[in-house]
Amino acid sequence: MKTKLFHCIFFLLLVHSGLITSLDAATPPVITIMTHDSFAVSEGVLKLFEKQYQAQIKILKIGDAGAALTQAILSKNNPLGDIFYGIDNTYMSRALKANIFEPYRPALLSKIPDILKIDVTNRMIPVDFGDVCLNYDIEWFNQKKIPFPKDLSDLTQPQYKSLLVVENPAISSPGLAFLFTTVGRFGESGYLDFWKQLRANDVYVSNGWTDAYYGQFSRAKGGTRPIVVSYGGSPPAEVFYSEKKLNRAPTAAMLSSKSAFRQIEFVGILKGTKHLMLAQKLVDFMLSPEFQKDIPLHMWVYPAMPDTPLPEVFVKYAQKANDPIILSPETISLNMQQWIEKWTTEVLH
Amino acid sequence: MTSRLRYLLIVPPFIFVGIFFFYPLFNIFCISFSDPASRIVETLLKLLETPYFRQVLWFTTWQAGLSTLITLIIAFPGAYVFSQYQFRGKSLIRALMLIPFVLPTMVTAAAFKALLGSRGVINTGLMFFLNLDQPPIHLDQTVYCVLMAHVFYNYAIVFRLVSGFWERCPKDLPEASQMLGASGLKTFFKVTLPILTPVILAASLLVFVFCFTSFGVILILGGPRLATIEVEIYRQAVHLFNLPRAAVVSLIQIVFTFICMRAYTEIESRSGVSLMPEMTVTRTSFSGRPLKSNFFVWITVGLLFFLLGSPLIALFIESILTENGFSLKYYIALFNNDSRSIMFVPPLTAMINSIFFALSTTVMAVIMGWFTAAFLYRDTQGKASVIDSMFMLPLSTSAVTLGFGFIVAFDSPPLNIRTSIALPVFAHTLIAYPFVIRSLLPAWRSIPKCLREAAAISGASPWEVWCHVDWPILKRALLVGAVFSFAVSMGEFGATVFIARPQTPTMPLAIYRFFSLPGAMNYGQAMAMACILMVITALGGVVIERMAH
Repeated sequence: MKTKLFHCIFFLLLVHSGLITSLDAATPPVITIMTHDSFAVSEGVLKLFEKQYQAQIKILKIGDAGAALTQAILSKNNPLGDIFYGIDNTYMSRALKANIFEPYRPALLSKIPDILKIDVTNRMIPVDFGDVCLNYDIEWFNQKKIPFPKDLSDLTQPQYKSLLVVENPAISSPGLAFLFTTVGRFGESGYLDFWKQLRANDVYVSNGWTDAYYGQFSRAKGGTRPIVVSYGGSPPAEVFYSEKKLNRAPTAAMLSSKSAFRQIEFVGILKGTKHLMLAQKLVDFMLSPEFQKDIPLHMWVYPAMPDTPLPEVFVKYAQKANDPIILSPETISLNMQQWIEKWTTEVLH
Repeated sequence: MTSRLRYLLIVPPFIFVGIFFFYPLFNIFCISFSDPASRIVETLLKLLETPYFRQVLWFTTWQAGLSTLITLIIAFPGAYVFSQYQFRGKSLIRALMLIPFVLPTMVTAAAFKALLGSRGVINTGLMFFLNLDQPPIHLDQTVYCVLMAHVFYNYAIVFRLVSGFWERCPKDLPEASQMLGASGLKTFFKVTLPILTPVILAASLLVFVFCFTSFGVILILGGPRLATIEVEIYRQAVHLFNLPRAAVVSLIQIVFTFICMRAYTEIESRSGVSLMPEMTVTRTSFSGRPLKSNFFVWITVGLLFFLLGSPLIALFIESILTENGFSLKYYIALFNNDSRSIMFVPPLTAMINSIFFALSTTVMAVIMGWFTAAFLYRDTQGKASVIDSMFMLPLSTSAVTLGFGFIVAFDSPPLNIRTSIALPVFAHTLIAYPFVIRSLLPAWRSIPKCLREAAAISGASPWEVWCHVDWPILKRALLVGAVFSFAVSMGEFGATVFIARPQTPTMPLAIYRFFSLPGAMNYGQAMAMACILMVITALGGVVIERMAH
């Protein structure tokens, strides 16, 4: 047994040392996409790029969007990857301030609607967008014969008491986006009042999306509350990942005027990359029709490029907000901390 | 071995911990405090002035203290039964106790909700039997929920320490006391309890440290109104990007847990308390009373099953209870990649990755643990206990701090391993090998000198003495340490959350992935994957322990 054990150890050490030094120059160039845990894309799509440019794509996931960005900033001197995908407009100002991206202007950028191009320095290029908004459980409301909530302001009414669950903006990205929605809607002078009324109406605060959606939302096995802060892409995902085949979505997104926050996700070329040309090609590729049309079914958001064909489940069950809240990165960067602090005092203490 | 040569033993562990723990920590602290506006002392003073932080510090301490006390009280009867009675299935129960160790907090939270949530089993039952309209129990986002989860996670630690120690305690003293007419209760308080004091202290310290640094439980079950120091570090570093503040809070935590670990190692070296009691020498002479019609004993075993078993059973039921009743739908779905996503994790791949990481971790942890224990066991005056407690530090250091430390420390050759898959293994090893030390060291210390001397006098060579005296005892201790290392790595708890991962998804990561998408199938698959994780951990533990025979 002892010799077997030694063989085992020896083998593992070999494997380890091999893995550490395996990145030789002889193999095709490896280009690394640094991203957050929610990134996903079809198998075939990246292969298209790899074939065309004789390169190998490596995906490096490091935690949620906030943690991934922090690590990108910390590794500024010797970046962990060549491009970074997945910073949204809530964290954008932090990335711009840290100056971790090379400016780049892909040819296809001109086709993207201006409203998505918030970075005038072209360091962060929009790839997709989605709405953070309220989702409600259709069946629950039908059973109780209570009308669906139509607008943010409905939530303070007595008939919606104890029905809402939101995420803590201090540590959750949809929670933060929803806080921004209320600021954008009611203004800096009014949002706290709105939250005061929500609190009086027994709002429930979860620490993250998973607990809110799978723990408290009435669609989940143990949940009791039929309104939750989630995404515009959640209803089609509910259909796509349902157990039985569904003809209509079990949940709906509330997308009335000024009730949702538009989250835009960006890609940027990390300063210090050793494959600048290839990184630019990869950014181009992310705006190409092949990549763009692959986005909805994997990340449940809309492609940034207009006229990209959408999958059936999106066409049928997803909707965009007509008049979403959009805040400039400067406004966010200047005020985010104090908004969160005031919110915490008003709602939690 | 001469005492000078002995110091060579500690060189490999020192290098390992130096490079993969102290060096990254040092680096991240340097960067955090590099700005002249945020020097360490100023930041500390400013921080202590904020009422919010004082509140966090106070909550961290009292919830850890209370969790420890409750865990002690609840685990004590179990330890009593297991140390005094002999019955079938005892070793199986002991093995199953390992499972809570590997459960991701999300999964534990789901299990607790299935049991105690407003639509959980218990509330539904009570509403039915008592004819109520509203669920009577509201534990969501309360400190009670946190306390229960801490008991669930730490029961095994108190249980292992106390039952192992109690088993080896001489029975003549309590017997004498009773013979002299003292009541059972009086004997317990005047004789048994004083004998058990060191082990109770040691267990309290370890559980206290684990609860003090609690993160996932507080975040998910505690809700937004409760925060420990560890949660505050995460909030400051990741969401507010206030690195100096995060670093100061992290330092406070390190100093505090170091003191606790110091005390723990002292007690261990003085009184032979052991976290892995089945290893120590005197155990072979143990013969417990058979478990018969003792009512109290049955109650205890039942309670144990209820406490630790019911969340696990609830999980299993969640994984097979679909909209159409019981079925294996979720398990089958794990194998279908309908959307052809590269982020789809085939369960087999996740398993292989997890097992690869866990085995590599186990091997590394065993090697490092062996060197460390070989050095430490000769030290009887407690001189080396500083070193010992230093090696325990990775166990209680903030995951965010260490993860970010890796990023800044290993950014240039020859140590540019930030994106290597060796890094998760090294990180897991840091958390795992303290368990190997805790298993080996008391066993090694418990080998009586006279046994070796007797063998040597009878003409055995030093090699033969080692083979026939030391090795048989150490082998079992090593394997139990290995089982813990395996479990630690399978569950990926502690300092491994913030480490970059190339395309090597593991089972806990697959569970998080499912939990981050809407839709009933995703929830079901997360549950199914969690159950597979439990089974593999238990199996892995059994296989490694079997190697002893």
